[in-house]
Amino acid sequence: MEISSGEAALRDVANAHQPPAWGRWLLWAFVLAVAANFAWIVAHNPHFGWPIVGQWFTEASILRGLGVTLGLTVVAMTLGTALGLVLAIARMSKDRLFGSLSGLFIWFFRGTPLLVQLIFWYNLSTLFPEIVLKIPFGPVLASWNTNDLITPMTAAIAGLSLNEAAYMAEIIRGGLLSVDKGQVEATDAFGMTRARALRRVIIPQAMRSIVPPTGNQLISMIKATSLVSVIAMADLLYSVQNVYNRTFEVIPMLMVAVIWYLIITSILNIVQGFIERYYARGERGTVSADKVPVRVEEPA
Amino acid sequence: MSKAAEGAAPMVRARNVHKSFGPNEVLKGIDLDVAPGEVVVVLGPSGSGKSTFLRCINHLESIQRGFIEVDGEQIGYALRGTRLNRLSDHAIAVQRRKIGMVFQQFNLYPHMTALENVVEAPIGVHGQPRAEAQANAMELLARVGLAEKANAYPRQLSGGQQQRVAIARALAIRPKLMLFDEPTSALDPELVGEVLSVMRDLAKQGLTMIVVTHEIGFAREAADRVVFMDGGVVVEQGPPQDVLGNPQHPRTRLFLSRFIEKV
Ligand SMILES: Nc1ncnc2c1ncn2[C@@H]1O[C@H](COP(=O)(O)OP(=O)(O)OP(=O)(O)O)[C@@H](O)[C@H]1O
Ligand SMILES: [Mg+2]
Repeated sequence: MEISSGEAALRDVANAHQPPAWGRWLLWAFVLAVAANFAWIVAHNPHFGWPIVGQWFTEASILRGLGVTLGLTVVAMTLGTALGLVLAIARMSKDRLFGSLSGLFIWFFRGTPLLVQLIFWYNLSTLFPEIVLKIPFGPVLASWNTNDLITPMTAAIAGLSLNEAAYMAEIIRGGLLSVDKGQVEATDAFGMTRARALRRVIIPQAMRSIVPPTGNQLISMIKATSLVSVIAMADLLYSVQNVYNRTFEVIPMLMVAVIWYLIITSILNIVQGFIERYYARGERGTVSADKVPVRVEEPA
Repeated sequence: MSKAAEGAAPMVRARNVHKSFGPNEVLKGIDLDVAPGEVVVVLGPSGSGKSTFLRCINHLESIQRGFIEVDGEQIGYALRGTRLNRLSDHAIAVQRRKIGMVFQQFNLYPHMTALENVVEAPIGVHGQPRAEAQANAMELLARVGLAEKANAYPRQLSGGQQQRVAIARALAIRPKLMLFDEPTSALDPELVGEVLSVMRDLAKQGLTMIVVTHEIGFAREAADRVVFMDGGVVVEQGPPQDVLGNPQHPRTRLFLSRFIEKV
């Protein structure tokens, strides 16, 4: 039916207007004014020592500390996620032995403070002066001096990644449980191996609920790495502490660290957004089915 | 109209199949032979064990007594001399690879396009070269009338289209036997026809099929044999015109009377 005249034309929603929302604009103006004022006060407060912040922001020892923080985060997160995946799969398996070993690991590493774990790893040599590879109650296959193995670096990596693995295991297990049972059934019916079903069907779908809490973990991890300063690892926080112990410019140096931490987390937030969009593909409305050209390789 | 070659080795041989969930005995001694090329439609009231029996055939459920053979191989077990050994998970997976299955809820992989759904098992499980698998998949999608939807994700398709993709996906592994568990029950009435018409074509082409359905019309037209199950046993079976037209057992009559208005 043609809508052309009279009330019908006036009621056509195609010509609708959005009435101006004066209240919201006022609120915006107020909030922006408060924010600008706060920024002005902070910028002009001499106690923040902005010139000093600028001077140290890209200084070599600070950048080295930043590198350590990022490196530790990447390594611990990678190892922690990989081990967490194994733990999650073990915990969900029908096998009682693997299930309980995994449960025990998670119970212990989530149940004790990370700081204590780090100190424990760092001081491993006082508990076990030698690390020995041998058959239980049988002959020794190899042995190492613990002090040679445990440097601040290896203690930090071991402590952070084992702790992270326990948390990632639970996040991944939750993700795997969120996948529809029918999907597992379909992979079974097609005779897929367990490993392939996980890799191709189950994990890609679990990722939708794994990614957001993992982003959270990653950001916690960046800050948790600052704990390694207790075992003399020169991370970002340790490096700024080193400086203000000499210069006593505590607040400006902490601002250096704070700004770097904020920059890194902002970048991670953006990356997380992209990853979430990738795993949301297949949701209704992301692509129009009819408009995508069909691309098929010709048989050789 | 039976296409079953008389005397040929059966594609499916089930003997005295018993299955319980805890104290609840769901299958109470099922005997069933399905000949190569035969189309068997299984009817029966809700809870009679139709889905359970279908799932036992490809060992999605294990049985407690009796045995099931598909294509001459016992499913889930192997006879070594006089000793019957349980097969490993991997060996069971291998046995399942010649049986296609279509589910009531489709169970397409939602993160893959229709084409990716269809090529997944041929490439990943059967080791087909990608180009060959894709060409074959496009042929199958065309056969179910969905060639132009190859790059659509399942959620962008209607229920009927999803189920047709699921049928193409099951056909892509070139199954010797196809199992359908109420393939049209989750569909809006106007979408049922398109799925049944695909299944009728498959029946004509001589695929061995076991179909659990409530579509009496499909049973009448496409089945070589109708099996009526109730309470975990096969109550009555025979050619569709006999079982549907002149049921012998009172329970069959009672069940069919509920469909009279639909027929
Ligand atoms: N995994 C399970 N655990 C426990 N009981 C089950 C399970 N699966 C099925 N059952 C029970 O087995 C009986 C038969 O179920 P089944 O799904 O085989 O019936 P059906 O004939 O397919 O019915 P419908 O027509 O409703 O699909 C039901 O009583 C059901 O509750
Ligand atoms: Mg059922």
